[in-house]
Order: sequence, then structure tokens, then C-alpha cells
Amino acid sequence: MKRLWAWAALIIGLIYFILPLVGMTNFSLKMRRGEYSFDAYAKVFADSRFHETFGYSVWMALLTIVFGVFLVVPTAYWVRLKLPYLRPYIEFVTLLPLVIPAIVIVFGYIRLYNTSSWLPLTGSYVGTDVLLVFGYATLSLPYMYRAVDTGLRTIDVTTLTEAAQSLGAGWATIIGRVILPNVTVAVMSGAFVTFAIVMGEFTMAALLNKPAFGPYMQLLGANRAYEPAALAVIAFGITWACLGLMQLVSRLQKTPQRPV
Amino acid sequence: MSTETATKANSAAPPGRFARFPMHWLGVVPFAAFVLLFLILPTMKIVIGAFQTADGGFTLSNVAGLFTPSILAAYWISIKISFMSAILGCLIGFAMAAAVVLGGLPRSIRDPLLTFSGVASNFAGVPLAFAFLATLGPVGLVNLFLRSEFGVDLRMLGFNILSFWGLTVTYLFFQIPLMVLIITPALDGLKKEWREAAAILGATNGQYWRMVGFPILLPSLLGTLALLFANAFGAVATAIALTGSSLNIVPILLYAQIRGDVLGDPHLGYALAFGMIVVTGCANAIYIWLRARSERWLK
Repeated sequence: MKRLWAWAALIIGLIYFILPLVGMTNFSLKMRRGEYSFDAYAKVFADSRFHETFGYSVWMALLTIVFGVFLVVPTAYWVRLKLPYLRPYIEFVTLLPLVIPAIVIVFGYIRLYNTSSWLPLTGSYVGTDVLLVFGYATLSLPYMYRAVDTGLRTIDVTTLTEAAQSLGAGWATIIGRVILPNVTVAVMSGAFVTFAIVMGEFTMAALLNKPAFGPYMQLLGANRAYEPAALAVIAFGITWACLGLMQLVSRLQKTPQRPV
Repeated sequence: MSTETATKANSAAPPGRFARFPMHWLGVVPFAAFVLLFLILPTMKIVIGAFQTADGGFTLSNVAGLFTPSILAAYWISIKISFMSAILGCLIGFAMAAAVVLGGLPRSIRDPLLTFSGVASNFAGVPLAFAFLATLGPVGLVNLFLRSEFGVDLRMLGFNILSFWGLTVTYLFFQIPLMVLIITPALDGLKKEWREAAAILGATNGQYWRMVGFPILLPSLLGTLALLFANAFGAVATAIALTGSSLNIVPILLYAQIRGDVLGDPHLGYALAFGMIVVTGCANAIYIWLRARSERWLK
């Protein structure tokens, strides 16, 4: 009886989740009247705007990941090594982007860094790119920091640092060649989530007027019928790939390691 | 006496510590600077701006400006959608997690469900709206099926995707998985011994749940509810892609305000954003408080 209820709950839930996925896939294949075809996908892939915005977002995602790693790894390492009493506060700060809606943060950027301010980032094309990367880095901070911090927990930071120091390594060498290789898996799982977030992000890019993938999808959705469904399938594929890869690498981490 | 010595020892320590102090703190300066410039200050700018006149004086008129019928209606419908999607997300997510953890289903279902939940909770925004339009929209899968098989139309049944319920059903797609991800560890934390202890004392299954299991889980449940609420309240992209600007909810209003489409008064925009921070801030404060309470049991 209990098992019956359990199956019922699970199956009803799964129907809810599978239906939209079937719906969008089905719809994306129906562009040609009366038969299934990949016309909608062909239309999307032939659109130069698709290539531009997709490429732009991939670039932004990569820049965000690189910046995030440079920001988070040394900080998390340093906090673990020297300032452990700061950890709760840092963790709280990194969780703030989940509390403050992205639209509020980007509104603050627009007001704080406008052309008449002390740091007129929104005044130039490159400036808004920088601002967007910083915005994305802020949005991904909760995931990136948590991933790296968890990764650092599995290694003995103090011993590794002392060993490296006694061999004459400076801080840059310690972080770049000792700590980073030890938390690669954690960094990668943070990077995949960041990639998924940036590829689908709409609010920040739209309000900063950047030609990113999210605003392009929204624009196409307002003007076309079948192409948006194809885009949704593509976007779901990207999310699935990123999160799948993340699960894969974090499973690698779980395999027993040599005691450090 | 001993406390005095301790104080003395403490006050003796700082000079030595103080010399090393700045060097230690230099390590977190880049991070602190980044967070300050791109998270704290922008938010503070909004909060302060909500209480400023155009020439910088203090005023409450911006916040008072929120209390007009149309803006209050926007907040009200936003809160209703967020609350409804959070409640339903909690209930359905709990049912699914409980089915897998406690319902005696094969263990091989568990990992795929959690993986899928990770993906689905991140599948929000514009593409999610497209998926639901293609499914529940006027020419969507479900509607076509109902029309050809039963001759009924979702709109005839009173359902419109561009509405309160349309948005709620769509939000559930990322709310339910989030609930599953958060509540599964909590369900795992229910110790077998508690159930056995209850059984030895003669409790029925119902009594165990009513007097042991449920009270222990309650803080996690309520806490997750608050988190889901904030999650839905701040969602912009899904709402805009789904409804354009036809539904009067706060994120859409603020978006239009920033784009310069409607209100035309930047300080009212600050006040709108400030209102959002207050609502999500309260929800998350509840979440943090209840989470701290629930962690006492689930160690």
C-alpha cells in the first residue's frame, strides 16, 4: 500500500516534468506542416544573430569562470589557512546573491557606474562587458565559493603550504601549482554551474544592453513560433550537459584518494 | 582573580598579533573589494536611493509612492504567485522525496532523481517559458491533444498560460526540484532509532509522524518554503518571456521601470527594488533562522 502511494507520487511528479520537455521537443519539430522536420533548428542555426549571441555568451561564461577562479581560489585558501574565524562571514556574503534578486543588483550597477559616476563602466562597450562579467561572477559566487571551499576541506591545506614553503615556494607558486591542482575537480564543478548560469542569464544582459544568448532567446520568443521551442531544446541540452559533467567530475572526486 | 589574569593575558597578546594583523588581512582584500563594489555598494545605492529626493535629501515619499493601487496590486500578485508556487513546490517535492527515501522504492531511482533535480532546478528563465508555452499554450501539446481527443479547450476550462495559474505551474518546474534537493538530506537524517524508540513505546505509524517525524522536519519544511518563496519572487526572465508585460508583477514592473518604459521616476524605481529586497530579505531571514534550528537535530 505504502509502495503504491510512493510510486503514484513519483509517477505523477515525473509526468509533470516530462510533459514540458516532450511538449517543447514536439513543437520544435512541427515547423513543416503535417510532418516532423528539423526546419526550426535549421532556421535557428542559419541565423547569424544566433551565432553572434551564442558565441558572445560562451566568451562571457569563460571569462567569468577565469575571473571567478582567480577571485575565489586564493580567497577560500587564505581564509582556510589564516583566517578561519572569518569563514562564517565570508560564507554569508557569498550567499547574498541568492537573496538579492539579480534585477536589483544590475539596477544598482546601472545607477552606480553610469557615465557621470566616478567609475563610468556603462559608458563604453568594453566597460559594460567588464561590468557584465563582474555581474555574472556575483551571480555564480554562491556556487563557485561553496564548490571550492568543499574541495579545500578534503585536502590538508596547512601541511601542503608548509611543505611547499620549506621547498622555497612563494605564494603564487603555492596557490597556482600546489593548491589549484588539488582542487581541480571542485573548481570544475563550480565552473560547469557557472557556465550553465551564464548561458541562460537574461536579466543582467538585457538591462546592460548586451548581445547575449538570453536576450536573443527572449526576442525570438516574442516574434517567432517554432524557433523558440528549438532554442529551448538547445538550452536544455546545454544545462543537462553542464550539470551532467558536473556530477561526473564530482563522482571522480569521491573515489578514494591517497591519504595526504 | 583568574578572569583578571585572563584579561591581562588577552590585552598583552594584541601588540604581537597586531604586527601580523595587516599582512593576514591583505589576503582577503581583493575579494572584499570585489564584493563591496559589485554586490554591497550597488545594493546600498538602491536602499539609500529609496529614501532620497532627486537632489539628495531624505524623504519617505518614494516608499510612500509604492502605496498606490496598481503597485500594491503588483506586489500582492507577486507575493501570491511566489507563495502558491512555494507551497505547491514544497508539497509535491516532499511527496517525491518521501516516495524515494521512505516509500520503499528501489534505491536505483534515487541518484537519477537527484541528478535530474539538479538539472531542472537550473533550467529556469527564458527557455523554461518556451517549454511551457509549447506544452500548455493555445497551440501547445496538451491543448491539441485535448481538442482532438475530447473536443475541449484549456481556455474553455478556464486555464490561460498567461495568468496567475499559468505562471505558478511554470515556476513549479524549478521549485519542486529545489525542494527535492534540499529535503532529501533532511529525510535521510531521520534516524531509524527514533522510529524504533517510538515503536517500542507503542506508537503507531501515524503517531510517530505526528509527534516525532513531522516536528523534527517542520523547521526544514518551513525554511525551504521561505527559500522557494524568495526564489520565485526574484524570477524575472521566466515571467517576461512567458507573459511579455501583460501580467502586472513586481519584477516585470521594475524591469520596465529600468528600461524607462513606464513610471519615469528613478526614485520610485529605487523604492520598488527596495521593496523586493525587503520581501526576499524577510523570507531568507526566516530560512536562515529555521535552518539553524533544524540543524540541531540533523547532524
